[in-house]
Amino acid sequence: MKYKFPSVEWINKVRELLNESESYQRSAKDWEGDFIFVVEPDEAYPHTSYLHLELYHGSSPGAALVNEDELPETEYSLNAPFSTWRRVIEGKLDPIQGMMTRQLKLKGDLMKIMRYPKAAQEIVSCCADVPTEW
Amino acid sequence: MWHFVSPNIVFGEGALNSLEELIGKRALIITDNNLVQIGIAEQVTSYLIKAGFDIQVFDEVEPDPTTQTVIKGAAAASEFKPDWIVGLGGGSPLDAAKAAWVLYERPDLQPAEINPFIKLGLREKSRLITIPTTSGTGAEVTWGIVLTDAENQRKMGLGNRENAADIAIVDPVMAAGMPPRLTADTGMDALTHAIEGFICTWHTDITDGLCLNAARDILKYLPRAYEASQSDNPDQDHYKKAREKMHNAASCAGLGFGNAMASIAHAMGHTLGSIFHLPHGRAVGLLLPYTIEFTAQEAPQRINKLTAALGIQTPEGKAGPALASHIREISRAIGLPGNIADAGIEESEFVSQLDKLVDDAFNDTQMITAARTPSFEELEHIFKAAYHGQPVDF
Repeated sequence: MKYKFPSVEWINKVRELLNESESYQRSAKDWEGDFIFVVEPDEAYPHTSYLHLELYHGSSPGAALVNEDELPETEYSLNAPFSTWRRVIEGKLDPIQGMMTRQLKLKGDLMKIMRYPKAAQEIVSCCADVPTEW
Repeated sequence: MWHFVSPNIVFGEGALNSLEELIGKRALIITDNNLVQIGIAEQVTSYLIKAGFDIQVFDEVEPDPTTQTVIKGAAAASEFKPDWIVGLGGGSPLDAAKAAWVLYERPDLQPAEINPFIKLGLREKSRLITIPTTSGTGAEVTWGIVLTDAENQRKMGLGNRENAADIAIVDPVMAAGMPPRLTADTGMDALTHAIEGFICTWHTDITDGLCLNAARDILKYLPRAYEASQSDNPDQDHYKKAREKMHNAASCAGLGFGNAMASIAHAMGHTLGSIFHLPHGRAVGLLLPYTIEFTAQEAPQRINKLTAALGIQTPEGKAGPALASHIREISRAIGLPGNIADAGIEESEFVSQLDKLVDDAFNDTQMITAARTPSFEELEHIFKAAYHGQPVDF
């Protein structure tokens, strides 16, 4: 089965894979701080979408596709155009290199996230493991 | 899209003379007390004085510098207001100089906030020169900064492309007097940079050549440089050549891995060195053969390529063990321990710290570019194999 990106089904599948990942559970065991992934419009996708991923102590208690007027307050946001997200999820762009070259824009407590590089990589790895329909 | 970052590198014998052409008024030298005591700092200041500089020296950098030390260095800079900061020493003073420079320019930041995802806006107040006095760290040409979080006994990988030095002065004279142990430790650090820069997942067409050339030269010249460090007559031409080749190779390896990344030996070495206070080069060099064996089991492509390019004789499908064995031979020849036990760490201490070793290595920045990522259990097994000196065959 394939999951359309971005959708509530897609982000819930990421959540499910994260909760099955022993590597994530151990590398993020002290982590507290939710993420909003912002999918920005480009020539391939005309909308702005917001995917909310709750993250707490090595697991993901919840995930949702949210509207702009219902955006929860989160500690982090990661913004990129749709086509950049596609390159990340398809493994064509390393997300950390994407952030370093500002193709993906990360906002939040960067000092904290620098202590959890492996956990961040595991989240992206789970995203890449979701069979995705574009 | 990616970047290749490099300072203007002035290298070779006499490179230090270029300081006489530097334009500015005040230079803050950031170094360690030992280099002041043995007169190396004075060698540098003499050139800067000829260029008309007022000089101040901050010599409080310790091995594995802490965030507190770089905050003190930045405070010294804020008071003296230099237009040049000169990092002088091995990796510790050079990394401390980079961090203190950033904090001098950006007093709103904490050391742990120096990360690659933001714009720093440096060079408003001063610029940075790096002068290595060891042949290994490559810190003179890299933008990465390793600082120690003393409270948590953990090394932090920090840095931003902007904080690479403006000028690196790579003069072999500065490292000519390195004693044997320092020659060996720093040489293994350079070798680990060259090899991990080549096999990590962020390697590029531009970094490959630098890493390969550095690895070739280090394998050839490190044993002779070590011999030179023990010789009563170290000024013989073949010894001087070995020293110079090692000095240049360390910078090449720095440019290579600094624009790619390192890998598992660095992730494990950071935590091993931090907890047990082993010199960085000794820790990463000790672990390198084990991590090569591990990587080669499932991701042998880059190791095969490297081994072939280095001309190391390899039975079919055995490039990993052959390269690991070659490194172990070099390591033995220069008097370094082949396993963690021989590095002087008691087994009971090692076992009591094993969970922290594994957790911290797993979350080290260098782990994210491993060609084969170990699970927690595998990482624990690699540490145990490295403790007992058993080859990794899983």
